[in-house]
Amino acid sequence: MADTSRQIFTKGLWSDNPVLRQILGICSALAVTNLLVNTLIMGLGLIFVTAMSNVTVSALRNITPARIRMMVQVLIIATYVIVVDVLLKAYLPDISRALGPYVGLIITNCIIMGRAEGFARQNPVWPAFVDGLANGLGYTLVLLAVAFVRELLGFGTLFGFPVMPAGFTAWTIMVMPPAAFFVLAVLLWTANTWWPKKA
Amino acid sequence: MENPVLSAQMIFFAAVFTNNILLANFLGMCSFLAISRDLKSSIGLGMAVTFVMTVTTAINFVVYYYILVPLNLIHFRFIVFIIVIAAFVQLVEMIIERYSPLLYMVLGVFLPLITVNCAILGVSLFMIIREYSFIQCVAFGTGGGVGWTLAIVAMGGIREKLKKAPVPRGLEGPGITLVVAGLMSLAFMAFSGMIQMQ
Repeated sequence: MADTSRQIFTKGLWSDNPVLRQILGICSALAVTNLLVNTLIMGLGLIFVTAMSNVTVSALRNITPARIRMMVQVLIIATYVIVVDVLLKAYLPDISRALGPYVGLIITNCIIMGRAEGFARQNPVWPAFVDGLANGLGYTLVLLAVAFVRELLGFGTLFGFPVMPAGFTAWTIMVMPPAAFFVLAVLLWTANTWWPKKA
Repeated sequence: MENPVLSAQMIFFAAVFTNNILLANFLGMCSFLAISRDLKSSIGLGMAVTFVMTVTTAINFVVYYYILVPLNLIHFRFIVFIIVIAAFVQLVEMIIERYSPLLYMVLGVFLPLITVNCAILGVSLFMIIREYSFIQCVAFGTGGGVGWTLAIVAMGGIREKLKKAPVPRGLEGPGITLVVAGLMSLAFMAFSGMIQMQ
């Protein structure tokens, strides 16, 4: 039953990818993907919060009363989110402003709650850490893929560097909300067609 | 960035149409994708969200400006807001269970879901960032809720029809829902000339 660290890692990263397979954490997946830089920072923040909150929930799993465990989990997650928020404000104020409320919304990102409740609660610290790390990475990977398409077509740039030929007309639609839905839908479709979910 | 003279009605209509919390800001997607399978539960959830959103935005406004700001604790707003929301939802659940079994039948199952609905927390965070006044906050909370309800009810209706439509295999379920949401978002962009709010 117990998976090795390696299995846990590939599960979170790909075969049980939180965004593509479990359809979790869609809100921020759509909102912050218009520029690669924002997406990367958001992804790093989420990896940190998922990994650390998994570790904490796991470390406290034997002394947390079952009835109030949800509240405890939310508080643990919120604490790490505050750390991320304060760090961003101090060192990357521009990106902090661009991400706006979505940093705070990491708290209600279902991936983190899902991992805390579904994995960290019943597993020792090390596997919980690996699981959190892998799920965070899996989320970041999908977001970067969406952001890659949107920034490339919407602005003709990648990480702010122009890569498209001079005559390229930017697709304004790619910067706007509808495109986020379409790009993610196409990504889901591709993933489900080429790598069908094992029953 | 913020226009200080935006009236409450303007904010209300902007939150419903041009800056729809779901279609333009992507808040509350998780429950949106999970619940919008049919019309009836969409309406129930929408009503519950509107009510909780309006009241918690007002409470959070008071808590933020009269408790957290004077005490210089604004970094703790995430924790405080989420506790306010969770406590309020719990309280409402207990009250309506006791006094209105009928309402409990309609809304009861949806209330626990609301605590983790990011739209509720998102509205509270937006109101701080945009520096709204109290009246503006209430208008924004109500408008956000009504807009969310509008989107999820429309989606519930469309998905009921979709059950009979031949959808490509890999796109079934969440995939096609995202495409429909994208089209709805596109349609709502037609309102964008009406009110400017950002």
